[in-house]
Amino acid sequence: MKKTYKLKDLDCANCAAKMQNAIAKLDGVQDVNVNFMGQRMTIELVDARADEIMRQVVETVKRIEPDCVVVI
Amino acid sequence: MNAKHKRTLYRILISSALFVAAYILEARLDLPGWQQFLLFMPAYLLIGWSVLKEAAVNISHGQVFDENFLMALATIGALCIGEYPEAVAVMLFYQVGELFQSYAVNRSRQSITQLMDIRPDFANIEQDGQLVQVDPETVAIGDIVIVKPGERVPLDGTVMEGTSSLNTAALTGESLPRNVQEGEQVLSGCVNLTGVLHVRADKLFGESTASRILDLVENASDKKARTENFITRFARYYTPFVVIGALLLAVIPPLVTGGNWSEWINRALIFLVISCPCALVISIPLSFFGGIGGASKKGVLVKGGNYLEALAEAQIVVFDKTGTLTEGSFSVVAVHPEQVDEKQLLEYAALAESFSNHPISLSLKKAYGQPIDNARITDASELSGRGVQALVDGKKVLEGNGKLMDENGIKWHECDQVGTISHVAVDGEYMGHIVIADTVKPNAAQTIRQLKQMGIERTVMLTGDSTEVGQAVAKQLGLDEAYCQLMPQDKVEHVEKLLGERTGKGKLAFVGDGINDAPVLARADIGIAMGALGSDAAIEAADIVLMDDKLSGIATAIQIAKKTLRIAKQNIVFALGIKAIFLIMGAFGIATMWEAVFADVGVSVIAILNAMRSMKHSQKSSVLP
Repeated sequence: MKKTYKLKDLDCANCAAKMQNAIAKLDGVQDVNVNFMGQRMTIELVDARADEIMRQVVETVKRIEPDCVVVI
Repeated sequence: MNAKHKRTLYRILISSALFVAAYILEARLDLPGWQQFLLFMPAYLLIGWSVLKEAAVNISHGQVFDENFLMALATIGALCIGEYPEAVAVMLFYQVGELFQSYAVNRSRQSITQLMDIRPDFANIEQDGQLVQVDPETVAIGDIVIVKPGERVPLDGTVMEGTSSLNTAALTGESLPRNVQEGEQVLSGCVNLTGVLHVRADKLFGESTASRILDLVENASDKKARTENFITRFARYYTPFVVIGALLLAVIPPLVTGGNWSEWINRALIFLVISCPCALVISIPLSFFGGIGGASKKGVLVKGGNYLEALAEAQIVVFDKTGTLTEGSFSVVAVHPEQVDEKQLLEYAALAESFSNHPISLSLKKAYGQPIDNARITDASELSGRGVQALVDGKKVLEGNGKLMDENGIKWHECDQVGTISHVAVDGEYMGHIVIADTVKPNAAQTIRQLKQMGIERTVMLTGDSTEVGQAVAKQLGLDEAYCQLMPQDKVEHVEKLLGERTGKGKLAFVGDGINDAPVLARADIGIAMGALGSDAAIEAADIVLMDDKLSGIATAIQIAKKTLRIAKQNIVFALGIKAIFLIMGAFGIATMWEAVFADVGVSVIAILNAMRSMKHSQKSSVLP
């Protein structure tokens, strides 16, 4: 499943790169692209555990940039 | 400025005031160390607590080399060696810099996004005799949408009622308005200028041109250029490298020389404050984003930073002939009369051909340019494979190829020009001939020259047309090479052969109309489709899409690509250069800590401003790259 989410208040390009690296390492994430310029994230997940993985993704984003919100 | 920026700004202002007050007090009163510390604490904590907090949180997550941690470490280090004003100043400058940077990046991003925004906000629909504004997404195929002057056409459709002129600049970069009338197609994203139009929706909003273009450009920043990836990777190593350097600088010299510990720690702290790779990490993607935005304003859609980068390195440009270098339609290119004048010859030809719908007949009628009085023509007949025969004003006119002339015993001669030659004989006597050919596009030769000037080493033409015609076009346009009489699969083979002849970093670009050359577009390093407005297949197949069919778009695209890459490289050299200088100055104890922060922040802001130049493309600077 491939989905795109808006990232609100993604303020720092370096954080975007860090998020991408961290999210890519999560189990069940097949592909992820954090786009700082477009303020969004395209992510490809294993369908079966999509909800659970997304929770982890949101947590990861929050941890790296506390101000940034994944708009679901 | 958003709420977060405002909060930071207030904190900076109050903290600065506290800092200045503490500084003055400290100079007036000769206080012992711990009282000085207390004096500067309010300013430091106010400006620094968010950094300290984030640093603590990040360490608990195992993220050590994060800029918050580095700034916290640097300033706490300064506090430990008794440099209280320094610690506050560094934190202040850091926050001012972050604010500046965040503000500048947001502004830049917004202005580029605005540049590309062709999204129609609403559609007018008639309901119960009332005009209602609805979301374009809710309009169904077949619905009638009313577009008033000044409004954007919301969906692709056909004009059912009304005439107007449309500004297509948002789609094509072309400033000349296009006139439309009943029965004609209009594309979403155009702005209606003069009259009210009733448009029947032919496509859903999501499949209309405006949506497709927006989608494409928005996705473009997902495909990152090599330079961008390099910087991201570089940033991962740069910070740890500098931090280890700082550690060594703090420990080794005092141990070896037995020197002053606090002096060397102070120098090491300078390393820490310039260890953040922010300027690079922000300005490089911003340069590419700006370049893509600027190009889309000129009707050149680039599907990713990687293609922009490749285009800047183009070495060989391969063109398809028909529809790309030439118009793809026949027209009269020369009239060579004998005994009569040009106009007379054209008139005979056009009248004799008046009943035929052959492309050659159409081009003759177009060149004649006057209404044809059918009463003057009798007994017209087509002679297949040879031409036509008719009685015009009672005279027997024969018009066609050499074979037709031979059969009727008319003496004729060859023409030295390349094209389809149509001979004309009246009452058995040769009157001359008319040359009909596919015409080259008006600015084709100029574009080829421009490409040469910009450092394209080889320009190559591939065509399925005859060698004679192909070579003539190649010569006329000043192309380096032409390969003719190729079948579509031969074109792929030729492109593969040319790909093998690239040298160094050189790239191969293929320019086609995107209709029947999709395999070649895909095989080339950069596939460029021309005149793609309204052609979904071309937009799908190509890496770079020229919205109109003007060849000059290729030169524009290459200029923008080169400029973007130049800016990106400038930023890399500039930012790394300044950092290197301050690392050296810091190591030798020449620079102070807050000078280093100031330099670091300055570099970021200048790099961002420089990156924004990639968005602007002026024709003046386009003569030479």
